[in-house]
This record gives sequence, C-alpha cells and structure tokens, in this order.
Amino acid sequence: MSTHDLAVRAEGLVKRYGDVTALDRLDLAVPVGGILGLLGPNGAGKTTAVRILTTLLVPDEGRAVVAGHDVVDDPEAVRARIGLSGQYAAVDQDLTGRENLVMVGRLCRLGLRGARRRADELLDRFDLVDAADRPVKGYSGGMRRRLDLAGALVATPPVLFLDEPTTGLDPRSRLGMWDVIRELTAGGTTLLLTTQYLEEADQLARDVLVIDHGRAIARGTPDELKAMVGGERVEVVVPDRTRIGDAAAVLARFATDEVRTDAQTGLVSATVTGGAATLGDVIAALATAAVTVGEVGLRRATLDEVFLTLTGEPAGDGDTATETATDAAGQEVGA
Amino acid sequence: MSRLGWALHDGHVIALRNIILIRRVPEVLVGVLISPIMFVLLFAYVFGGSIDTGGVSYREFLIGGIFAQTVVFGATFTGAGLAQDVQKGIIDRFRSLPMARSAVLVGRTASDVIYNVLTIAIMSLSGLLVGWRIRSSMLEALGGFLLLLVFAYAFSWVMAYVGLLVPKPEVVNNASFIVIFPATFIANTFVPSENLPGLLRTFAEWNPVSSVTQAARVAFGNTSPLVPTPDVWALQHPVAYTLIWVGVLLTIFVPLSVRQFQRAALR
Repeated sequence: MSTHDLAVRAEGLVKRYGDVTALDRLDLAVPVGGILGLLGPNGAGKTTAVRILTTLLVPDEGRAVVAGHDVVDDPEAVRARIGLSGQYAAVDQDLTGRENLVMVGRLCRLGLRGARRRADELLDRFDLVDAADRPVKGYSGGMRRRLDLAGALVATPPVLFLDEPTTGLDPRSRLGMWDVIRELTAGGTTLLLTTQYLEEADQLARDVLVIDHGRAIARGTPDELKAMVGGERVEVVVPDRTRIGDAAAVLARFATDEVRTDAQTGLVSATVTGGAATLGDVIAALATAAVTVGEVGLRRATLDEVFLTLTGEPAGDGDTATETATDAAGQEVGA
Repeated sequence: MSRLGWALHDGHVIALRNIILIRRVPEVLVGVLISPIMFVLLFAYVFGGSIDTGGVSYREFLIGGIFAQTVVFGATFTGAGLAQDVQKGIIDRFRSLPMARSAVLVGRTASDVIYNVLTIAIMSLSGLLVGWRIRSSMLEALGGFLLLLVFAYAFSWVMAYVGLLVPKPEVVNNASFIVIFPATFIANTFVPSENLPGLLRTFAEWNPVSSVTQAARVAFGNTSPLVPTPDVWALQHPVAYTLIWVGVLLTIFVPLSVRQFQRAALR
C-alpha cells in the first residue's frame, strides 16, 4: 500500500515521562476509510498515542503523519482535518449542549449561522434535541459522550480519533454509541479507536493493534487474532456415551491437535481450521460413521482469550511471555 | 481573514463563552462585587483621619489609591480563571481545533474587563457615599476610569502568566499575592510616597501602580497644592508613564503567557 493511501501513519513513536516509557517505538497505520482498534489495558499507552496523533503531545522520538500532514511540523493542518473525542468528555459543563456545539462551530470558522445550523444537525442526529438547552452538568454520562462526539464531528473531519468512547457507560448507552460509530464509519470516515474492551474492538474495528507497555504486541484482523490462540474448536456432544470413541476417531481426521473427550458430558472437541466448511465436513463424516450427535458447534476463541494469552502473564515474567506470543502471532497470521 | 483577525475572532468567541459562564455561575460575581465595597469602607474608616496627608481629606486622597489597588487585585481573577480553564476537559477540545493558540487567553483577559468595569462602578458609588467627590470635569474623570481599565487589562496578562505558571489552581492566589502586595503597598496608594524610607521611596516613585494612582487623583481633581507631587518624571507625567508600562507589560507578557499556556495545557 502506498503511503498516500494511509490516513494515519506513525513510525517509532517514543514518549517518556521520567523513568516511565509510555510509548516504546510504536508503529501504526490506518488506511483511508479504515478502522483501527488500539486495544490494551489501562496504562498501555493508548491515550498517549492518541494525544500525539492529535497534536496534543509532542513525541520524544519518531514521527507521525495524519491526513497527509506531519503532527509536529504542521499541527495546524492536522487539526483542521481531525476530530477527537476523548476518554474524559471535552465539553463545558456550565454551557448548554447547543452552546457547546455552536462555540466549537465558530472556532472551526463556520461563522455564526453555519455553526448554529451544524449544531442543530448534530443535536438531532445524536438525539440531544430535548436536552439541547440545558447545561451539560445535568446530562447523563451517555449524553455527555454523545455531545463530545458531536463536538468532534462539527467540522466533518475525514479522520476521527475516539479514545475509549464507551468507558464508564452503561450497557445500553454503549450499544447506542456503537451504532453511532458504525454509522460514521459506514460513511467513509477513517477511524482510530482505543478501547480496553475486546468485544468493542471485535464489534467496531477492521484491524486491531494490541499494545502493552507502550509496545505493539500483536496486530491483525479480529479473526486473525482469534486464530492466534488456537483458532476454532469443533464441539460435538454424543448422547450415546458408548460411541464417544467413534466420534473422537472421526474428529481426529480434521483436528490440528489432540481430540479431547469427556465421558461425563459426552463432549468431544478438537481444534480445526477451515471454519464452517470444516464443520460441515465433520457433520457429514459423523453421519457416514453412523454416530448420532446431539449438539454440534464451532466455538471461536474470544478476543478476551487472545488478550489474556498476549498480556495476561504475571508481572515480571511479561517480557518472555510477550516474545513467545509475538512469535506465535507471526506464524499464525503469516500462514 | 488575517492571522491577527482570526486570533481576535477566536478570542471573541471564548470571551462570549466566559460571559455566559458569569451569568450561569453568578457566585463568582458576588466576590468580585463585594471586595471593592469592603476596600472602600475599610480603608476610608480604619485609616481615614489617622494619616496626615496635608490639606486634602485623607479619604479623597485614598480613593485614587483604592481604585488602583482594587483593579490590580482584580487581575488575580484572570490568573485563577485560566488556571481553572487549563484543568477543564474542554481545553483538549480547544487544543485539537484549528483555532488561534492565544484565543483562551485573549478571551479570558477580555471578559475580565467586565469585572473591572463593574468593580469601578461599585467603588465609585461606595466612594461617593463616604464623601469622595469628583472635583474635575466628567470628561477628565472618564479619562481616569479609562486609564485604570487599560492598566488593569495589561496587568491581567501578568497575572495570566502567574496563573499558568503554578501547577494547581488552588495555589494561584498565594502566588499572585507575592506579586500584588509589593506592587500595591510599596506605592503612593495609601500613604504619600515621600513618607517612605530610601529605597522603598524610589521603588514607590517609579512603581506604575503609583503613577496610575497619581493619574487617577489628577483626573478626579483629588490633588491639592498642599501635597506636592514628588519631583520624579514618572509622577510628573503619570499618564504617559502608565501608558509606557502598559505597552511594556503587554509586549512581555502576551507572548510569554501564550507560550506558558501551551505548556500548561500539555500537562
């Protein structure tokens, strides 16, 4: 991919705070119209990365180009092309929702009339019309986040940064926020999203970069990441316990690892590749072998398992664990 | 529009936001309005009569000084307001917008002029109650008020810098007093500067708070041949000397504060 097709490109970003290295040679790229999920635990460096890419922070080393402009050399040009919605809603508590948006619109040089019109559109779109003329102080967390996101969209930026857009929201507000974000990206907006929720990255992002201690430890599509921790498992429940051995023999023909059986529950399972097609083959083979099965299913590894495999090692042991995980990741994704 | 034009435009938008905030959080205004009344009454009755200023009534002599002192004190609001601004989440929004970097400062110092206009109006009324009179023309008096406002504006940029220098808004007041107490008390605000010993006297005579006080006394007609103006250029030409200081303060502290704002907001 040529660099012109990249909306965000960062190379070797380093940011230190005293002895703490918040970012340690981080590389990342988001193609135009792409959606990158930056996934990591608290303190992984997600917010630091976003603050550098949105010109709020100057990196100690490395460079970043956003929407065609260098964030250090030409921050004004970058600011004119990005929207940022942060972890802590960047809205004025004592102003009303409408006043907040009109102010941002005027600061984006839309003119008073243009700013008012844009505020009306956004209030309508984010379901804030009823609360528009009340001070933000009285808003719920979800409303505040929506207003903040609306603030980021006032100038219709081609590149959008969302730093933990749903942290602290109740499940219903989170689903609502997801819908809004999906709508935006469907319209072609390039999105870089940080999250500590694996489900969120899975739901929203096309590419995921897992970071920990300021370093990228894995990257790929959500599917690729799941494949890293053992791909998919076919699970078959055999009601007739005497046929468990036969079922296991069938599964062994498809399995990439040892077939596991549980005489108590009748569960026979094995890791496979090939997804749903393989599942079909397994079912057909079982039928040929005249093994009657109860439940049949293909269980995929969740991103939570990926995350635990990659980062969930006890502290102090982290480095070796990380290297192993990265090696495994390289093989799996490359294959 | 030019760069300067946009800077003024953005500063104006922020000033309008601050004015909405004054309306919505009027508690701040109460303090702004009560302290000038307090100053006038306190100084007029506690000190009035106990200090010999020659022919003029001490209260009349005091008023010019209290006006100058109060608008200088008022500048601490600028520092405190900015220190709070940089702590608020909205600063991240401002900093990620393609707006002028100076806007938050230009807006804050501009909207604080409203405080000073109100302060001066209330002090004048309180002064009239305790016997102060304008003995010049209305036009001269207006000139005096205008000079006080202009000086207060320039001084608010000094306090803006102080406010951004301190790490926490809670400390702004303490830091401000380090600047404000010597500036307002080693001056001719409450006592004639000729009563001060050696070095302090020289400091007082060339202190811009003295010149703005002297200019106000002249503008309100509160001088008397019995209190001779010290024979230093600063006090013989108080308006010119004050305006020179206004220029110097703005030239130094506008760029310094804008730079410090950038830094403070990076934390």
